[in-house]
Amino acid sequence: MSANGTSEMITINLDGREVEVPKGMNAIEAAKLHGKEIPHYCYHPKLSIAGNCRMCLIEMGMPMRDRGTGEPVLDEQGVQKIGWGPKPVIGCATDVSPGMHLRTDSESVKEARNGVTEFLLINHPLDCPICDQAGECRLQEFSADHGRGYSRFIEDKNVKPKRTVLGPRVTLDDERCILCSRCVRFSQEVAKDDVLGFVDRGTYSTLTCYPGKELANNYSLNTVDICPVGALTSTDFRFKMRVWFLKRTNSICTESSVGANTTVWSREGKIYRITPRRNDAVNDTWMTDSGRDLFKPFESDDRLTHYTVDGVHQSPEIAAKAAAELLRAGSVAVVGSAHSTVEEQFILEEIAKKTGASVSMVKHEGEGDGILLSEDRSPNLRGALLNGLISELPKGDLTLLAAQVDSGAVKTLLVVNEDLTQLGLTEAQLGQVKIIYLGAFANAVSQVAQVVLPSLSVFEKSGSFVNQNFRLQKFAAAVPGPRGLIAELGVLAMVEALLGEGNSQAPTIAQVWERIGQTEGVFAGLAWQKIPEEGLKLEAGSLAKLNFVESKNLKLDPAALEAAQALPA
Amino acid sequence: MALEEQRLIFKHIDAPGYTRDIDCYLKHGGYEQLKKAVTMKPEDICAEVTASGVRGRGGAGFPAGVKWKFLDRKSGKPIYLICNADESEPGTFKDRQIIHKDPHQLIEGMLCSAFAIQAKLAFIYIRGEFFEGYRILEEAIEEARAKNLLGDNILGSGYSCDIIVHRGAGAYICGEETGLIESLEGNRANPRIKPPYFPAALGLYQCPTIVNNVETLCDVKHIIELGGEAFSKIGTPGNTGTRIWCVSGHVQKPGYYEFPCAALTLGQLINDVCGGLKPGRKLKAVIPGGSSSKILRADERFKGKLKDGTEFDWGIEDIPMDFDSLAAVGSMSGSGGVIIMDDSTDMVEALANINYFYAHESCGQCTPCREGVPWMRKVTARMCAGEAREEDADLLNGIADQIAGRTICAFGEAAAWPVQSFIAKFKDEFVEKAKEQASRRKEGKPAATETTLI
Repeated sequence: MSANGTSEMITINLDGREVEVPKGMNAIEAAKLHGKEIPHYCYHPKLSIAGNCRMCLIEMGMPMRDRGTGEPVLDEQGVQKIGWGPKPVIGCATDVSPGMHLRTDSESVKEARNGVTEFLLINHPLDCPICDQAGECRLQEFSADHGRGYSRFIEDKNVKPKRTVLGPRVTLDDERCILCSRCVRFSQEVAKDDVLGFVDRGTYSTLTCYPGKELANNYSLNTVDICPVGALTSTDFRFKMRVWFLKRTNSICTESSVGANTTVWSREGKIYRITPRRNDAVNDTWMTDSGRDLFKPFESDDRLTHYTVDGVHQSPEIAAKAAAELLRAGSVAVVGSAHSTVEEQFILEEIAKKTGASVSMVKHEGEGDGILLSEDRSPNLRGALLNGLISELPKGDLTLLAAQVDSGAVKTLLVVNEDLTQLGLTEAQLGQVKIIYLGAFANAVSQVAQVVLPSLSVFEKSGSFVNQNFRLQKFAAAVPGPRGLIAELGVLAMVEALLGEGNSQAPTIAQVWERIGQTEGVFAGLAWQKIPEEGLKLEAGSLAKLNFVESKNLKLDPAALEAAQALPA
Repeated sequence: MALEEQRLIFKHIDAPGYTRDIDCYLKHGGYEQLKKAVTMKPEDICAEVTASGVRGRGGAGFPAGVKWKFLDRKSGKPIYLICNADESEPGTFKDRQIIHKDPHQLIEGMLCSAFAIQAKLAFIYIRGEFFEGYRILEEAIEEARAKNLLGDNILGSGYSCDIIVHRGAGAYICGEETGLIESLEGNRANPRIKPPYFPAALGLYQCPTIVNNVETLCDVKHIIELGGEAFSKIGTPGNTGTRIWCVSGHVQKPGYYEFPCAALTLGQLINDVCGGLKPGRKLKAVIPGGSSSKILRADERFKGKLKDGTEFDWGIEDIPMDFDSLAAVGSMSGSGGVIIMDDSTDMVEALANINYFYAHESCGQCTPCREGVPWMRKVTARMCAGEAREEDADLLNGIADQIAGRTICAFGEAAAWPVQSFIAKFKDEFVEKAKEQASRRKEGKPAATETTLI
């Protein structure tokens, strides 16, 4: 298990070198801290220890003490002798203790690894040329390091089921399986859906779903991620693309306020898959299956692809001018979104200030699963609160706004993402006002809007979100958006500039952060480059007292948070 | 001349008129030791067992008293006693005799042991195939319960202990103590990793647990009867008590024979006790402690030093039958299953048979055993089928070297030792087999001769 920040440091001897490591850390992690790789398959830092692959065998010794007196046993030079174990031990289940000696690259250790590698390969189909895992396969990598390059095995290989459908998203090739049990442990320990297990015995052991069950939970694709070989494959990604052709981009999952860290895998402007990226403060190494599909709607036909003013395609500059024109008329109301980035919300707030607009927002909630899907289905509600765009939690509908439209108090609407017809406004009411719509998809509002400003998806722009734990996390553009579109941050900034006397050039994200950094509050002094890849924990301050909808999940414990807040600072 | 057996555990077994019911057992002084035990202090019984020096009869030969000392008594968790009756080592058939013919001796031994370690619940994990034994034990437990020898407040002592008989539904690996515990908990019998799961601290249901063999638990009863000191006088120092040798193979009178440790040599066991080999046959090899122990070649000279420093120079027939002597000659007394092979034995086929067994029984949890043992099976099966190659002997040895010492449990060694020792002692036969098959093929004859074993 990985050590927590407060653990005590001890000295061990790693391959003849004295090194400091946290007490109780296992040998694999301790060696990794000091640049030594101990190869392994079944060990996973976020799962229980199984110790079955035997790849991480190392030599372990302890300083010798006399059994009777407890005195150290010294050699001729007066140095305490090391009692090396007669057999190699597994690194994953060997927790370091003071004075422990480890050999991770001795001849006997190499010999043990070579032996395990040979065994794993004898019944393996060796079908790397058609295997999706090739390029990111631990077995392939370690075979290059520890394989003998030819086979001594001239017997028939075992035959096991191929193309087994385990569930709606996962396909299994049992011949490639090395029975490491990572997927079984994941299902039991993290997904809490115990459906996978081994049947048959010995060399015929076969991974399968229990009769009448299927691997259908919303975390099933994590088993594909942690499978060290090509046994569990994503039915969606299977045979689509070689992984080494794919570009990796760090991103953030927008499915809920958890803000799981992700990697977007793309090639030539097309996204092929999304996988979780390790962040122990946010999502460990997991993400939901549903979060991996979020790029697909953006490939659909009802995507907004042109800036339009009164139904006519226009350039972004002209559209921004038209929007500014409408906003200048006054009596403006803004319907913001918790799906917008921190930067977009900042500019929106500036626009609201300049036009004296009231800002409303609606909540998007669903059922939480207590793991990595929280009740708040928007990625950046806390960002909106910290920006001052809104000061209280959003409501379920916009009846107040509807009344203002009826009374004539509101004559112009700037709407981000929301379909107002679903939120208490009628089409007739929409007809009474001028509308500027900013969003990615066509809906009832975009159809009647005077100005339509298409927006980009999270995969097509850069920005940042603040998650359920007030963690500021940034993401980068993985693929370009539809041709001719610029990020909505730029369009909003042009509109804002037109409302004042600034120039109407679209600013860069760093330039926007120069302005955000000058504000008071938690963003003060921050800059775009200063946000680390693993995110930055912000002070919740008085916002922590708000009654957020999220209940306990993997990395959020509202009760503990409340208790911490109750303490005097 | 025939050596006289000196029976302790098998004292009444097979005696004329002795039956397995409780009345007969009581008539022969049964449950007297339990009555004595519950009046003793538990730690005194433990001390007696330690003083007796009795070593585990299941195979490893670990001193039982020391094992009991490892027990974590401070955890506050319940302590469990498990009787390992999953007797499955090829060549071994002693525990079944005890269960079938003298079940109350086991129950008494268990209750004494359970009292000593203060276990309130004991289990007998009996091999699934022993259905008759299961039935007999259930019957015996009910008999004992009816007489208040088991259950609540045993004999008014205030000590309560119950015994649950659990039928294994698994394999050889269920006899490995942590595999047994997993199986008893209702899981696949996958042995646990040690550390951290030493049964004495984290055993059944993560509670401190002692797992002992049937014969070992019976010995506890006799230790209470004789006293640890007197028990340790049977046999030689470090090799105390009697052992039941299960002799099988090419002898005139195979069977089970009980002798004090070191009371006889292997030669005496074969020739005097078992009536010698079949007429006209010569001794070729002996597997002295169940199929996993290393084979001994008949024409070998065994030289070396014993633990106490005395040098020895033995022929195979001179080896004293005890723990340390058999260990000193490079094998082990294991579970006491002595397999005798005469000169009619084809060593390749014999090893193929053993490999078949271990490949079939591997639990499949860890890589070296799961992949390596079936590989060895495939090699020896191919050799028997007429496709032997001269390099196969070295290949087999290489595979075995890659298994031994690298697995979760001792099964890796159990499967690798036969191969390593067969190749070390009979490599010439493995090479010869390949040459012979090649020449037969050249002559246009089928390469394989008829095999009888597999």
